[in-house]
Amino acid sequence: MIDFDLLPDGGLGWLDASGPQSHLVLSTRVRLARNLADHRFAVRAGEAERESVLREVGRAAAESVSLRRAVHLRLDTLPSLDRRLLHERHLVSRELAAPDAGEVPRRAAALLLQERVGVMVNEEDHLRLQGVGSGLVLDDVFAAVSRVDTELGQRLAFAFHPQFGYLTSCPTNVGTGLRASVLIHLPGLVLTKEINRVLQGLAQVGLTYRGLYGEGSEVVGNFFQLSNQTTLGQSETELLDHLGRIVAQVIGHEEKARQILLRDAPSILEDKVWRAFGLLRYARALGVDEAMNLLSGVRLGVGLGLVPDVGMYTLNRLLIYTQPAHLLAMAGGEVDEAELPVRRARYVREILDADAGRRS
Amino acid sequence: MSDLCSQCHEREAVVRLTQVHEDQVVTLRLCERCAAERGVDTGVGMSATPLGGFLAALGHVGAAMGPPGPGDAEVCPGCGATLPDFRETGRIGCATCWDAFRGALAPLVRRLHGSTHHTGSRYEPPGRSPPDPATERRVLEGQLAQAVATENFELAAELRDRLRGAVP
Repeated sequence: MIDFDLLPDGGLGWLDASGPQSHLVLSTRVRLARNLADHRFAVRAGEAERESVLREVGRAAAESVSLRRAVHLRLDTLPSLDRRLLHERHLVSRELAAPDAGEVPRRAAALLLQERVGVMVNEEDHLRLQGVGSGLVLDDVFAAVSRVDTELGQRLAFAFHPQFGYLTSCPTNVGTGLRASVLIHLPGLVLTKEINRVLQGLAQVGLTYRGLYGEGSEVVGNFFQLSNQTTLGQSETELLDHLGRIVAQVIGHEEKARQILLRDAPSILEDKVWRAFGLLRYARALGVDEAMNLLSGVRLGVGLGLVPDVGMYTLNRLLIYTQPAHLLAMAGGEVDEAELPVRRARYVREILDADAGRRS
Repeated sequence: MSDLCSQCHEREAVVRLTQVHEDQVVTLRLCERCAAERGVDTGVGMSATPLGGFLAALGHVGAAMGPPGPGDAEVCPGCGATLPDFRETGRIGCATCWDAFRGALAPLVRRLHGSTHHTGSRYEPPGRSPPDPATERRVLEGQLAQAVATENFELAAELRDRLRGAVP
């Protein structure tokens, strides 16, 4: 099984709730799509060509400062459970991980990871440079990813067109190749039924939203990933500033919704939050979506100061560690998936007990 | 999003509708007809990127590709891909495809992004000297004059912005 101790913070440093606005914003992610000018893109490249791409990227990374100490993981040689773990930790995309039963990763699909930046190799594009940080830190994360971009771009010939900018496999990513996303918790807007208006407003200003696990994933637990829809026609700075401004507005709406709930329905709100806490603390079986929805309730309670003895970091970690592959890995991988709800409930109880113990 | 509509289970879902039901967010995938029955305009909020969200959600970017432009190649000399290949997969074959099928790609890019010109950071591959700023300025000025002459004012505005950012 993959040794996550090799990865800095197990690849989960972004969960530590240390960043600005981290009571609402779990993480900020930025990725840049890049391709090598002299190789066919992923859909047309054969296995040998993908191996060449991986070798070239590996050599360039070894010469760079940003990635010279990177951990190299080849997804096509990892067992399915490890690939699922990496996907649940948001370290690789679904396309690279091929996590479902019977799926096989693309040949030479790989992840290079050093601290909070990394590169997915042979994803839809040859390179997906990515960075992540705790809280709302668009500029910091972009600066870190840009360093990787500059260093690799000095050693590899990226495909760049004077009119279209950075060329990508899918026209939806061409231009800057930049996708920035902010993972934000919006239970106040959901409870006050204002969320639809906010989500429709996002589309009108060129932003989009997804669930916790990115493209195609459903919204669960009131966690939304807000990101830029277009990648061409605006500079990187304009795209980031625009997203940052809109996220700040959404945060304002969420804060206001919470104050309205506290003012108009304090007992209902308190009951909802403590019921969620009680179920997490004492339930004997929990489904994955159920656990996320309850964690959402407790998170809201912690944010409003209604539930004093749970840390945000603990709640963030529970979001990831209660996912199926993480529970399977904790059990040594030899457990029937039908047992997971019981194991999930037991794990949540243990962690919340330990957290309460540390704080008493 | 190629699933069937979660209401009629017959037609292909083309729009995602997120609603609040009993304090939980519920996401429905609806076909155009069922979306209309619920009062959802499937074109809502697409003004900034008329097709971007719609096509990205469909995963059928290739299907929206128009006919080849006047100078477009039949087959990409770089990778052997054709426009029908792109229509089928929605994915470009290689960097050369972007020039080989430029006439067909540019309108698609405009519909996706509301623009056809990258205005972000410039890049020079290793080993090549950066273009002379004066030469680049002359090229842009030439393109601007042509855009104005052909009354392509959107492109003219973009080129003017780029000229403002260019070194004098």
